[in-house]
Amino acid sequence: MTALFVLLCVILIGIVVVQIGKVTELAGKIRGEEEAQERSNRTQAGYSLLFMAAFLIACTVSAVYYKDSMLWYGPNESASAHGGSIDYIFNITLFFTGIVFFITQILLFYFAYKYRARRGTKAEYISHNNRLEVIWTAIPAVVMTFLVVGGLDAWNDVMADVGEDEDYIEIEATGYQFAWHLRYPGPDGKLGTRDYKMISATNPLGQVWSDEKNMDDFHPSEIVLPVNKKVRVRITSRDVLHNFYLPHFRVKMDAVPGMPTYFVFTPTTTTEEYRTKLSVLNDEGQPKYPEWYEPIDPEDPEGPTKFEDFNYELACAELCGKGHYAMRRTVRIVSEAEYKNWLSEQQSYYESTIKGTEDDPFATEAAEEEPALTDASSLEGEEAAESEGSAE
Amino acid sequence: MANVADKPVVHEEDLLIEEYGYDDHFHDHHHGDKFQSNFITTYIFSQDHKMIAKQFLITGMFWAIVGGLMSLVFRLQLGFPEENMAWLKPVLGKWITVNDAGIGSLAPEFYYALVTMHGTILVFFVLTAGLSGTFSNLLIPLQIGARDMASPFMNMLSYWFFFLAGVVMFFSLFLNTGPFAGGWTAYPPLSALPQASSGSGAGMTLWIVSLVFFVVSVLLGGINYITTVLNMRTKGMSMWRMPLTIWAFFITAVIGLLSFPVLVSAFLLVTFDRSLGTSFFLSEIFIGGQALDHVGGSPILYQHLFWFLGHPEVYIIILPAMGIVSEVLSVHSRKPIFGYKAMVYSILAIAFLSFIVWAHHMFMSGVNPFISNFFVIFTLIIAVPSAVKVFNWIATLYGGNIRFNSASLFGIGFVSMFISGGLTGIFLGNSAIDIQLHDTYFVVAHFHIVMGVAAFFGMYAGIYNWFPKMYGRFMNETLGKLHFWGTIVGAYAVFWPMHYLGMAGVPRRYYRFDSFAAFGSFDLMNQFITIAAIITFGFQLLFVVNFFYSIWKGKKMTDRNPWKASTLEWTTPIEGIHGNWPGKIPTVQRWAYDYGKDGKDFIPQIEPVGADESKGDH
Repeated sequence: MTALFVLLCVILIGIVVVQIGKVTELAGKIRGEEEAQERSNRTQAGYSLLFMAAFLIACTVSAVYYKDSMLWYGPNESASAHGGSIDYIFNITLFFTGIVFFITQILLFYFAYKYRARRGTKAEYISHNNRLEVIWTAIPAVVMTFLVVGGLDAWNDVMADVGEDEDYIEIEATGYQFAWHLRYPGPDGKLGTRDYKMISATNPLGQVWSDEKNMDDFHPSEIVLPVNKKVRVRITSRDVLHNFYLPHFRVKMDAVPGMPTYFVFTPTTTTEEYRTKLSVLNDEGQPKYPEWYEPIDPEDPEGPTKFEDFNYELACAELCGKGHYAMRRTVRIVSEAEYKNWLSEQQSYYESTIKGTEDDPFATEAAEEEPALTDASSLEGEEAAESEGSAE
Repeated sequence: MANVADKPVVHEEDLLIEEYGYDDHFHDHHHGDKFQSNFITTYIFSQDHKMIAKQFLITGMFWAIVGGLMSLVFRLQLGFPEENMAWLKPVLGKWITVNDAGIGSLAPEFYYALVTMHGTILVFFVLTAGLSGTFSNLLIPLQIGARDMASPFMNMLSYWFFFLAGVVMFFSLFLNTGPFAGGWTAYPPLSALPQASSGSGAGMTLWIVSLVFFVVSVLLGGINYITTVLNMRTKGMSMWRMPLTIWAFFITAVIGLLSFPVLVSAFLLVTFDRSLGTSFFLSEIFIGGQALDHVGGSPILYQHLFWFLGHPEVYIIILPAMGIVSEVLSVHSRKPIFGYKAMVYSILAIAFLSFIVWAHHMFMSGVNPFISNFFVIFTLIIAVPSAVKVFNWIATLYGGNIRFNSASLFGIGFVSMFISGGLTGIFLGNSAIDIQLHDTYFVVAHFHIVMGVAAFFGMYAGIYNWFPKMYGRFMNETLGKLHFWGTIVGAYAVFWPMHYLGMAGVPRRYYRFDSFAAFGSFDLMNQFITIAAIITFGFQLLFVVNFFYSIWKGKKMTDRNPWKASTLEWTTPIEGIHGNWPGKIPTVQRWAYDYGKDGKDFIPQIEPVGADESKGDH
């Protein structure tokens, strides 16, 4: 019934508008076409100017209004070491393009207004102006060069892999439909070999148990990292393309099945520090960012506020199917001591889930024949060699 | 031949054509009649370029409405995720899932199917076929002084392959497993494996079949446009005398001819991976509880092949719009287009560069970061010819005598959109900034404004401007202006806020935003965008009403050349005839932009250069 009513209203509005169109057309005919065109030039040119003013004001006001939730302003600063350089290039670009935006939009609509056809006016015959054209080819070229050099300088820094003698933590994130599976190397600091053909319900990453490096690898449910320590994330996928996206750290990289990628970054703000930043008070003792003081649950005004519950998040940024929008994991940045403490609480996946069960390759091999590690890997044959080749 | 003299009104241009024109004896053979002898050859299997143009346009409009409605449905989901959508159940059936409380919502699979179909339909069917197909067909023969296309038969086939592509795509909407839902880019493995997404089964098969037909259509059309422009220009129409519209259509066809076959090769390899067990794009995949045999392939290879078309494709969309706007702005400001040669060289530079920037879509896809250096440099070089074009359009307005009507308003609106959307390209083309902005709403805002809305504005400018040429009547001006203001305000209201979403890091292609605290705090903005989108769509319906109303009831055209334009299409009779000119073919004496020269309002291209005329200096 409502749908019918809405439909009727829309049709009625349509008819009214068409009638108005017809009437104005008739009025134009009565007044004479030239006169009507001149009238139209006057009003439309006025609207152009009006639109320009409203548009530019709306752009400015909305930008100011949303600045706190935008990156690079308000509380939403980068929480990684390299993020600052990206933010800087962004701001420089915003500055230059902002100038060009305002100048060109103003000239466009102002010229349209100023040179509207009026009685007795004539157009000038200007077909080109070489000097002007050289100038406005050169200026963008120079500005672009400046932006390219700055951008590429930052890009090559950010995307560089770790050096051989550098001290870093390597962790692994594997995307699958529809979640992230995380793996830490354990005390030996090295991630073990994987073979996708060994993936099963109990071995979600297809870890090759004959590889000793796998024995201490553990699978946490969230990413925990020490502050100010370089991290290399090995990013891979089990099925389709995913994208490892940490918005607060300016980290983004596709997870490609069969071809591990990486991203190196250094977190610089702990989760606690970030929460403090969100809860900061202004000079008058009021919350500087009141939106973060709102309760998480609007039904429960006494409950925890948004800043108290703040967590860094890991998301997927490459369409991967119907659950793409909900591949969330939290990221916790802690002090070195807390990190050590957390590490000591973790139990390796082999110890916690595989050992002693029917999936334990050593248990079953013991029952059959020799429990030799080297034999197991040679039995694996081609597949093991293959996975080693593709692992790095 | 004698029918010119029979008419009561003697047209000055007819006399000029009779005196200086070239007699190709076209009408002596009477073969003009066999093309339009009955209903079917006139309206359905027509080989007349003017009729084929109308077919492309109206089919494009049909798809624009379908694609637009799809975007409204998924915008409702994004803006009002908690609202009951059960009222859509009669149309969408099982794709609306109703929970125990009786609240219906869009199924996530179908949300992604709608997003995918919206992209595919708008990019290919509307902005490629509907824009380039319509105006290349209508204007190339008319503006270069040709009787028709080089091969009218191939031209007809071009439309019917497009039609067939549309039929196949339309069928795929009704599949039990749903249409393809892996994004318009169709990246494998998602698109290659039916286990990964229900739309990747039969939906993907039909999607590929449809687009292969579409590519055949583009190639048949493109070969025709290129041949016609190169070989069938009338006497005196040198390349440097062609209107910018023709330059744009010509270069667009060249780009299409070089890039679309690469897309087919990508589709062919995906099909092999899907059906024959090859591993071009698949490697080490564990899905649906089993490890697949495919090893050694690379999904990134597909992305290279796809974007080798995909990037030129955006210029295939925008160049015709640029050509149309150049012509419309010049005619309605009664001034020559500023810097004609610079405009041509910009088109050529953009076309060339469009082939060496494709990997800027892939900065974060795992390609070697070193390679990205080159793509950043080439990408940002494109900003230079683009900026030159913008400055030239603005300079065309400077000192003009601007006639405000729907066509010129949409021309001005196009420039505004192209500025707004073009500038954000400078952010995204810089790989360092792209780390954060890639696949966020910033990208959605960028490409919708610069190639979606801007191309639509170019198309509207063209339709309002050449509607009299197509139907011998005018569209209603009041409704046209209302359409313009509603659309420019609405389009900015829809897409401008998306920049802020993108800067806040909100990823695109999300079914809901509330799974993440970082993305979930923009409910109000999302509602605003949805409402703005619905209203803007309403203004497009106004255009559709105006269009069909004006075909039959619009104000009749009494003057052959209502805009006082100098180009050849306005020297033909009001009632379009087969062969375009009743007698001789006009001969061209000058370039296309002699507006305001020597104090004259305009000098048509067919008028010989006078003895005392000042030297043309273009």
